[in-house]
Amino acid sequence: MQITPDIDRVFGALADATRRDIVRRAIDGEEGVAELAGHYPMSFAAVQKHVAVLERAGLVSKQRIGRRKVVRTNAHGLAVARRLLDRYEELWRGRVDRMTALVSETKETDA
Amino acid sequence: MTVTAVRKDPNTLTMTTTAEFAASPERVWQLWADPRQLERWWGPPTYPATFTAHDLAPGSRVEYHMTGPEGDQPRAYWDIVEADAPRSLVFRDGFANDDGTPNTDLPGTEIRVRIEKVGDGRTQMSIESVFPSTEAMEQLLAMGMEQGLTQAVGQIDAILAEDTVRSA
Repeated sequence: MQITPDIDRVFGALADATRRDIVRRAIDGEEGVAELAGHYPMSFAAVQKHVAVLERAGLVSKQRIGRRKVVRTNAHGLAVARRLLDRYEELWRGRVDRMTALVSETKETDA
Repeated sequence: MTVTAVRKDPNTLTMTTTAEFAASPERVWQLWADPRQLERWWGPPTYPATFTAHDLAPGSRVEYHMTGPEGDQPRAYWDIVEADAPRSLVFRDGFANDDGTPNTDLPGTEIRVRIEKVGDGRTQMSIESVFPSTEAMEQLLAMGMEQGLTQAVGQIDAILAEDTVRSA
C-alpha cells in the first residue's frame, strides 16, 4: 500500500492547535491573513507562517475575491486525514469481531 | 457486529470505537490480561501477534512481535500508563528496534480502554486511539492490519469450527 507524502504534511500541519483553529475559521473562507491574525495573541508574521504550513499541506488555499485575498479550507486535505482514520476503523472493527468470537467461545465452553 | 459506535475526529487525530459484549467486565478484561487471548485478536490472521513479555502493571513494558506473510517479524511494545482491572487500561503502543529497544524515531499511539457494565450480562468497552502523527499510523497500516475487517470473517468461522470440535 502506498501512502502519499502529503499525508505527513497534513498530520504535521494539524498537530498544532492554532493551525487547527485556522482550518476551522477558514471553512467560511471570508477572512484574509490579516483578519485571521486578529484572533490570536501572536504577530501577523507568525500567523502568516502557520497559514503557509497549512497551504503546503494542501489544507487551505488563498483565493482572490475582488481585490481581497481570503484563506479558505481545502476539503480535500481534511479528507486525507479522514481516509486514514477510516482504515483505523476497519482495523478496530476487525479486532472487536475477533474479541467477540473469543468471548462467545469461552461462554459456550463454560456452559 | 458488536461495534456500537465509531467516532472519528480528523482535527485531533482521535478515533473512539465503542463495542458491546454479552459477557461480564471481568471476562472482557481477560481479552487484554491474558496474552494467549490477546494473541488471537490483536493481529489479523495474516499478521498474527506473539506476546513475549506481558505484565499490565503501570510502568511495565509489554513486548510483542507480529509475523508477516513473508516471515518478517516487526517488534513492538506497550508502555503501561494506567491499569485498573477490570475497568481501565491506558498504554502507549510503540515500535521497537530489532533488539527490542523502543524505536524513538516513531511516535507511539496512546490507547485508552474503558470497560463498564451496562446491563444484565452486558459490558461496554470503549477504545480511544490518539495519533500524534502519521508515522505510527502508516507503520501500523503497513503491517497489514487494515485487512483486519475482511480477514476477521474467516477467522471467526475458524474459531467457531474449532469450538464445535472441542465441545463435541
